[in-house]
Amino acid sequence: MAPVVDTLRLTAEDALALVERKEISPSELHASYLDAIGARDGELHAYLRTVETAEGASIPIALKDVISTKGVETTAGSKILAGYTPVFDATVAARCKAAGLTLLGKTNTDEFAMGSSTENSAWGPSHNPWDPSLVPGGSGGGTAAAVSAGLAPWGLGSDTGGSIKQPSALCGNVGLRPTYGTVSRFGVVAFASSLDQIGPVAKTVRDVALLYSIIAGRDTNDSTTVELPEPVQLPDEERLDGLRIGVPKQIESLDAIEPGVRAALERSLALARELGAEVGECDLPISYRYGMPCYYLIAPAEASSNLARHDGVRYGPRTEAETYREMVERTRDEGFGPEPKRRIMLGTYALSAGYFDAFYGQAQKVRTLLIREHREALARFDVIATPTSPTVAFPIGDKAADPLAMYACDLLTIPSCLAGLPGLSIPCGLSDDLPVGLQLLGPQFGENTLFRAGHALERALGYDTVPLRWRAGSDPTRGQTAGRDGSDPTSQGGAR
Amino acid sequence: MSVRSDAGVRWEPVIGLEIHVQLKTRTKMFCRCPTGFGAGENTQTCPVCLGFPGALPVMNRRAIEWTVLLGLALGCEIPGQAVFARKNYFYPDLPKGYQISQYDLPSCINGNMLLTTADGDRVIGIVRAHLEEDAAKTVHVGGHSGRIGGADVSLVDYNRGGTPLVEIVTAPDIRSADEAKRFLQLLRQTIVELGISDAEMEKGTLRVDANVSVRPAGSDELRTRTEIKNMNSFNFIARGIEAEVERQIGVWESGEEVRQETYDFDAAHGKLTARRAKEEADDYRYFPEPDLVPVEPSAELIERLRSELPELPATRIRRIEARLDLDRATVLVTGGLDRLWEDTVAAGADAVAAANVIANAVVGAGVDIGAVAPTELARLVEARDRIPRAAFDDAIAKVGDPGFTADSYLAEEAVSDTAELEPIVDAILAANPGQVDAYRGGKEGLLGFFVGQVMKETQGKANARVVSELVRTKLER
Repeated sequence: MAPVVDTLRLTAEDALALVERKEISPSELHASYLDAIGARDGELHAYLRTVETAEGASIPIALKDVISTKGVETTAGSKILAGYTPVFDATVAARCKAAGLTLLGKTNTDEFAMGSSTENSAWGPSHNPWDPSLVPGGSGGGTAAAVSAGLAPWGLGSDTGGSIKQPSALCGNVGLRPTYGTVSRFGVVAFASSLDQIGPVAKTVRDVALLYSIIAGRDTNDSTTVELPEPVQLPDEERLDGLRIGVPKQIESLDAIEPGVRAALERSLALARELGAEVGECDLPISYRYGMPCYYLIAPAEASSNLARHDGVRYGPRTEAETYREMVERTRDEGFGPEPKRRIMLGTYALSAGYFDAFYGQAQKVRTLLIREHREALARFDVIATPTSPTVAFPIGDKAADPLAMYACDLLTIPSCLAGLPGLSIPCGLSDDLPVGLQLLGPQFGENTLFRAGHALERALGYDTVPLRWRAGSDPTRGQTAGRDGSDPTSQGGAR
Repeated sequence: MSVRSDAGVRWEPVIGLEIHVQLKTRTKMFCRCPTGFGAGENTQTCPVCLGFPGALPVMNRRAIEWTVLLGLALGCEIPGQAVFARKNYFYPDLPKGYQISQYDLPSCINGNMLLTTADGDRVIGIVRAHLEEDAAKTVHVGGHSGRIGGADVSLVDYNRGGTPLVEIVTAPDIRSADEAKRFLQLLRQTIVELGISDAEMEKGTLRVDANVSVRPAGSDELRTRTEIKNMNSFNFIARGIEAEVERQIGVWESGEEVRQETYDFDAAHGKLTARRAKEEADDYRYFPEPDLVPVEPSAELIERLRSELPELPATRIRRIEARLDLDRATVLVTGGLDRLWEDTVAAGADAVAAANVIANAVVGAGVDIGAVAPTELARLVEARDRIPRAAFDDAIAKVGDPGFTADSYLAEEAVSDTAELEPIVDAILAANPGQVDAYRGGKEGLLGFFVGQVMKETQGKANARVVSELVRTKLER
């Protein structure tokens, strides 16, 4: 008789310990998560498909549907890849397999990871576990919702302009977008190659660090990867003495940031000071002024080229027609949803003869300035702190018809993505009973610093990752104030 | 070099070439698939060269080195950084929807090749040599044109897709069809000797497009050029260029303008056919390939490769020319025959005789040049007039066999006794009065005809030189 595990609260680290002590077998654990999925995913639609049998000797994992999984359909949330079953594993999937992790299933995503709400998924939106009428964020809303709802101990997402960090913020869990080049993109359905990064999503910073250590490092199949300069350190320090935290002064004047989000940031910073950190002001003027337009030239330009291979010739559905040209046109017209089409058009335009210098070329120059600006800020500070998302989770349908409003969700995550820098989002409290994410940005290969800072703050904040509506008899306001009044965070029933 | 038109105007052709060379690396440019010929369709493929979602390219280091090596052989500068770009367009032979190709930052720039011609040395500029991946092979079945439009079915074999391809672009420095042919012969020999490609036009491992324009002789303007494609031998290239030069002169002289067009050369009919003009200009939307990092060959690598360069064909032609003449030197070097020639001469053979025997008899007999023992060949060259012709021919046919020795052939003596040969010569002259008159009227080339007849009559046993002298004496009497 398998022990009953509360997947809502179980961290990956605890799950690993259970398996190691043989208190539960990998397949029993896998089955427990499948039961949870059966119970809660009808409402959430975090998964596009699940895998019934556990093949590894360790704990389960959920993979975003842009990650190729040998023998398991991989659609990137698009009709144009319906029925496509990869013949090879993405490097990250292979590394998870090699670590004994068992594939629980493939999680929902905006089509080709283009979106901030999962509403652009061809297979229907996912729902936020805190309130199913709200979006879970995107594009990795599926993985984030699964982790928050206890439908997976951890998972992998992909982040181009915020697709790991923003859903983690909106669903109240921890997400890492690693330094560009530390995690292989081989086998990950490409959106924008110079920006795409794979990263972990989990309930705790330690879990995220552990999963990062499994997937990171040079891959001979991806020329843009490097070996980590230093091994991943699982954080256990609870103080922040000597840590220099910079807050961009531009945050102050960004109207898009909701007051509740701003308040949560302030509380986190106050707590960081209590833990010994120095908090100062840094300056990222180009980032917040030009980051968005720069991103929306570079990312669509690369996407327009990356998505050209989906032509119906070798894989995916094909719409038959009289000529090759017509066949490709109709296949793409029927296969791609509105957002990929919009970005293909934007990108094609930005790269066209006569426009290249003004758009793509110019954006690359801005990107160089933006990299320099971050380098200067990070010479004075160890980490930069901002809210992850300007808002908490918003209602499904709210921004679906307004692409610019949707793009603005990534205002705070985009600049560091363009700079290739790592970013960690940790939950830092609630606003309107919904999770708020704190974004910590570090220098290239600064993941260990982010883990250390994130872990100490997480312990001090005592944030509970379980959505309010699933907490037995708990005070719905508790998460919001945890840590601020100096109460013992562990008594809040926090994640750890 | 200029050509005079029927109207008496002198025109100068301006020709530039674009040469594609398939490198014979063991694996493809961006994946580990083998590159060999003759495998079943689509068997040498993988997710990378089929453009599957998420597949990423990884550079073939050898292909990069070979491109640099070729660049050095062509006197190019090797920039510190070369960058692969994406050339975007839709076609079924292009699985990713883009071709990965060096674009504005190629591996090799600003080279030149010295072409020794009868009119003196010519320097042909090499604008660039860049590395790219080859497209897949398409076969369009049905329809009449063999092109995609109108075909019933189009079949794609991705085996060739992703093979490393070097594109060499010359400056418009070539001034005649013959010069183009000589340049290509020399370039091809250079490539073959570097060991980086078989460079065979029949197999498609060497492909040449020519850009042609003409201008009034003495002018330095550049007029509208046309492009000729689909020429599958050096001779056809020369003929195609000649035909196009003639056509363009005709167009200008009739008061019209040459239009920028692409032509296919139909070798069977010696005709140029214009391709259907496109409605809009190509826009390949090039941008740097974000899946690859820049190529930065180290100074050490470049120096190592430079030190590995063999003596180049162009240099050898100049060296050998001093001992022979330009034509013989060119034939020997571009035919890959000059090493055998040098060794044969070193073994004691006469330089000119050895060159003639090697370029004509040995090549004509289809002998494996690399297997010939120079000392034995030298003995045959020296004995060629003394031994019967039949014995000589027989010996040459076997000169590449393992363990070949000239001994038994040298033992044979050709008939040199004039008393024995005279009646035969007389009979031949008597039987061909027309040719005798023609010879005496100045057609001295007929000497070979009479000698041949005598050799035939004696079944190749006569000494050719003795026969030749005898015939001449009798004819000029």
